[in-house]
This record gives sequence, structure tokens and C-alpha cells, in this order.
Amino acid sequence: MSELTLGYFLRRLGMWLLTIWIGATLIFTIPRLAPGDPITAMVERMIQQAGYIENSADLIEAWRARFGLDGPWHVQYRNYLLSMVRVDLGYSLANFPARVTDIIGRSLPWTLGMVSIATILSFCAGNLIGALMAWRRVPAAIRNILPVSLTFTSIPFFMFGILLISFLAFKWKIFPAFGNYGRGVEPGWNLDFILSVLHHGLLPVLSIVVTSMGFWALGMRGMMVTTDGEDYMILANAKGLRSRRIFWFYGIRNSMLPQVTALALNLGAVAGGSLLVELIFGYPGLGYFLYQAIISADYTVIQGIVFMLIVGVATAVLILDLLYPMIDPRITYSKGQA
Amino acid sequence: MSVATAAPTGNQASARRGLNTWDSPWLNFKFLLGLSMIAIILLMAGAGPLGLYDTTRARVASAPLNLPPAWTNIDNPFFGEPDPEYPLGTDSDGRDLTAVLLVGAPRSLHIGLIAAGAGMLIGVVLGFSAGFIGGWWDAFVRTISDSIITIPALAVLIVISAFVKNLDVVILALLLAAFAWPGPTRLLRAQVLSMRERGYVQMARLSGANTFSILFREMLPNMLPYLAASLTGNVSGAILAATGLEALGLGPTRIPTMGMTIYHAMYVSALFRGMWWWWGMPIVALVIVFTGLFLMTVGLDEIANPRLRGIREQ
Repeated sequence: MSELTLGYFLRRLGMWLLTIWIGATLIFTIPRLAPGDPITAMVERMIQQAGYIENSADLIEAWRARFGLDGPWHVQYRNYLLSMVRVDLGYSLANFPARVTDIIGRSLPWTLGMVSIATILSFCAGNLIGALMAWRRVPAAIRNILPVSLTFTSIPFFMFGILLISFLAFKWKIFPAFGNYGRGVEPGWNLDFILSVLHHGLLPVLSIVVTSMGFWALGMRGMMVTTDGEDYMILANAKGLRSRRIFWFYGIRNSMLPQVTALALNLGAVAGGSLLVELIFGYPGLGYFLYQAIISADYTVIQGIVFMLIVGVATAVLILDLLYPMIDPRITYSKGQA
Repeated sequence: MSVATAAPTGNQASARRGLNTWDSPWLNFKFLLGLSMIAIILLMAGAGPLGLYDTTRARVASAPLNLPPAWTNIDNPFFGEPDPEYPLGTDSDGRDLTAVLLVGAPRSLHIGLIAAGAGMLIGVVLGFSAGFIGGWWDAFVRTISDSIITIPALAVLIVISAFVKNLDVVILALLLAAFAWPGPTRLLRAQVLSMRERGYVQMARLSGANTFSILFREMLPNMLPYLAASLTGNVSGAILAATGLEALGLGPTRIPTMGMTIYHAMYVSALFRGMWWWWGMPIVALVIVFTGLFLMTVGLDEIANPRLRGIREQ
């Protein structure tokens, strides 16, 4: 087992910083390329509602200064990056005294829990299904049934969520349609609360798992077919190892590595898709608050949530990258090879 | 190594059929099925201009409100009588959902095709140059594409479209392309690296072909199935992001799209009011689009990698 070298660690840390920097720069730059700015737009909306606002030009100037939108762009950019480094995401425009970090702090645990459980479940289930689909010792009947589980692959998470809500929540009323735990349940480490959280979380998790596991299954199937043709598989057979041992320790063990790389590459897409799942299920995570912020044109909250999402995905990828040398004994990271 | 060890059943089947002109790997059932599903959606765009259906009824207030689809017999005082004039029913704003489908579904595909096409173009240029030039350029391209690929495209697009009102369809597609290039870039770079030392490339180099012609006349044709699989995957990804954006009410607002229809339906809680045809129509249309693209990707993977064909279900 190759150890984690300092050089590898530093390189991955550099990638982590680079990703966050690119993301932050994109969020900063692109809105500024467009005509108009958020403060003017907001004041215009106020004017529409109120009819007329005195000194609207002064108001715009004052707010611009308040939210760091005045001054030349490089000064704005520097201040912006500095505040990101300090994790100071400013105040909510729509609910003024509320800090963006507080809103994120309240919603992040729900998103983190729901999305990570869903991703791990779908990754494990998908890979197992894919491996079995390619394994010749599995009875043909089972091998032919397995692809049925891939029916909903490639459908957006949230659309499957709509179907689940309309049937399981509205029509048959087996599961609640909204929220993260039931009304009147005391949050804390008691059985009622935990059961309620599980009951509410099952549908969102299910809508991600069912629609994404086929992706892993197909990748795994392809890898397994390739692995099956390798000489060491023939040797393992010739040695008389038990089929189950060959399957887990020769087949899956060797097919797993590209799948872990694929997981790291797809986390961004999964996180993006889960935003909409939370919205559909009224699940009070980042996606739900992001939608609230969009409705109320709360630009600081939108920016803050998206920034945190980028940081979150980049961190998850960093963790996977750091675990990678431990699961892949072959690769030594003397020369950067991802 | 050979197909025979991987799957005796598949081999027997091909032996039975024998090798003839119909044995081309491009005649892959999944690929063709997916292709025809996509073709049907694209052809729907012709219904309006050809006068087969009055697609102007996709506008607000051009049809009676809340009509269920024509084939149902829903007896609900809140909804109108099903009318064969409006086969898929209408929504609460007086849009004819059939017209919305005919106009919107091909549009969603167009966005995906433009975005994925532009992304693929960038990917071909960067991937080829990185794989062939190598050195610092390769390191640079690899680093940037590896970091962009982990940024959630949908999230960044949400920020952009929250600031920029009334996104144009083409602008949206190009913004999507900004996140669609790292995939093809990585794929092509890896392919170029593995093909560089193959016999036929060496041969071309020995016979004095220049780099450009090696890249485009020797290597590119060999990568076609990979490229196509990556392209269909990217079209699907771009439509996914565009639909997500529209479902949040942030997409282009002038033309009806499938995502926007879902947004309208969610906005007035059609789910709660039992107007399943309203949210059901865009979902069915998009499921056909996504499943078609998915089948094409899987089929193209099998075309590119003969081993996958071996364990085909018999």
C-alpha cells in the first residue's frame, strides 16, 4: 500500500484551491459582464411596487458602497476574494439582519446528509448491479432481470421526484410530500425524531438513487467485462478459488478504481441535480433556500450558497483524491497521474 | 482477450447470423432505437410550419382553461370537458399543451445540441493539442479541465441567470458549453495518448504525414464512436442543466420549453390540484429525450468497445 506522499497531498490541495478560485471568479465575473447591476435592478423593482422612490440614485449609490459594488473592478475583486477567504459572505439582501453564513449553516447539514447518503447508496447499489450484469456465473435469469432496475436512468432526479410525490405522497399517502421532519416532533436524539427524519428523507434519497444508479451500473459492467478478460482472472480460476472470492477480490477490486475516479468527476453534477430535488420536496437544504433567494432576488444569498456548494463539492473530491492512493496499491504518485 | 472467452453465447449468435453487410456494428439496436426516439422529437418541430397543428395556441390565453386530455373522462367541476380539439388538454393559463409540446420539446433538444456541439469543438481542439504537444500545455489543460469538471454547472448558471434576466436561447446554450468541454477534452487527450504509439500512426508518421493530417485523417476517424458517445452524453447533460434552470423559472421566458412548463405547473401547484396532464406532458417528453440519448450513448459505447457487445442479453 503506497503511502500518502507530501507532494501528492500538496498537489491535490492546489487543485482544491484552484477549483474554488475558478468557481469564485466565475460567480464574480459573469454577472458583471451583463448590463445593469443587482442593486439597480432591485431598486427598479421597488419603484415598480412603490410607484416612486425619492432619491433613488442616492439609494443605489449607498447600497452599492454597502455591498462592495463600487470602485474599480480589481478592487471589488480583491475585496470579494478576501471576504471569501474569511468565509464572510455578507448579509442577506432580502432578510437584512440575517447573515448568509447563518442561513447556510442551518441548511447545509440537511443537504450534506441527504446527498451523501443518496450518493453512497446509489454508488454501491449501481456498482453491484453492474458487476453482476457482467458476471457470467450469475444465472442468466437474474442477469436478464437486472437491467430492469436501470429503467429510470438518465431521467433528471427532480422529475422522478415529482412522480414519487404524486403517487407515493398524494395518491397513496404512504410518505409525506414536504419537509424534513414531522410537525410536533421534538428535534433531538430521540427515536421519534430519527424515524420522522428517515420517513421524510426516504423519497428525496430514493429519487436520486433510482435515477443515478444506472450510470454506475453501466460503467461497472464495462470495467467488469474488461477485467474478466485479464490473465489473472484465468489464473484465479485455475487455482480453484471460490467464485465468490474471485468476484469480490479479483473482479470488483480491480474494476472499482475507475469508478471512484468517475465518482469524483460526477459529484458536481450530482450536487447540482440535488438542488432541484430539495426544491421539489420542500426539503430545507441549500437548494430550497437557494430557490427562496432566487424568488426574492437575494443576490448575496444566491452567491453565498453557490460558493458553498462549489467548496463542498471540491472538498468531497479532495477527500476522494486523498483516499485514492490507499485503495489503489499500484499507483505511486511520484509523477502526477490522475 | 477474444470475444469467445468473454461470452460464448454472443459468439454463437454472431456465428449463426454469419458475417454479411448487415453485420455492421453501427446497426446496434439500442443506438438505432435511441436515434429514432430523438428523430421523432426533432421532427415534431415541423408540425407548426407545415400547418399540421396550430402551434400558436402555445401562447397564454389561446385555449379554454383546465381541459383534461381528450382521451380521459374526468368528471370534476373544476376542470372543463375533454375536447378532441385539444388532445393533451390545456393548462390554467389557457395554453394548449399539445402546441406547447410541439414547440417546446424540439427546442430543448436544440439547446442541448448547440451546447454539446460547441463544447465538443473546444474539447477536440484542447484534447488533441494537449495529447499531441504534451509538456506544460498538457499539464495546463489537464489541470483546468479537472477543476472545471467538479464545479456544479447548474449552480453557476443559477447565479448567472439570477443576475441576467431574459437569457437568450443561444446565450444559454453557449454558457452551457462553457461547462461541457472538460469531458470531451479529457477523453480525447487520453485517446490521443494511447493512439500515438499505435502501429498505424507510426506508419503514417514514417510515410511523412504531417501532424495535422495524422490527427484528423488517421486518429479522428478511429475515435468517432467515442466522440459520438461523449457528444450524446453531453447533449443529455446540457438539456438536464437547461431544464433544471427552466424548472426554477430562470430559463429563457419567451419560448415555451419543457422545463418552463414544469415550472408553471409547480408554481400553481398542479400536483396538488390533480392536473397530472400538465406536469405529466413535459416529463414524458423529456423522459423520451433523455432515454433516447441514453440509449444512443450506450449503443455507441458498444460500437466503440466490442467487448461490451459480447455479454448482450440473449
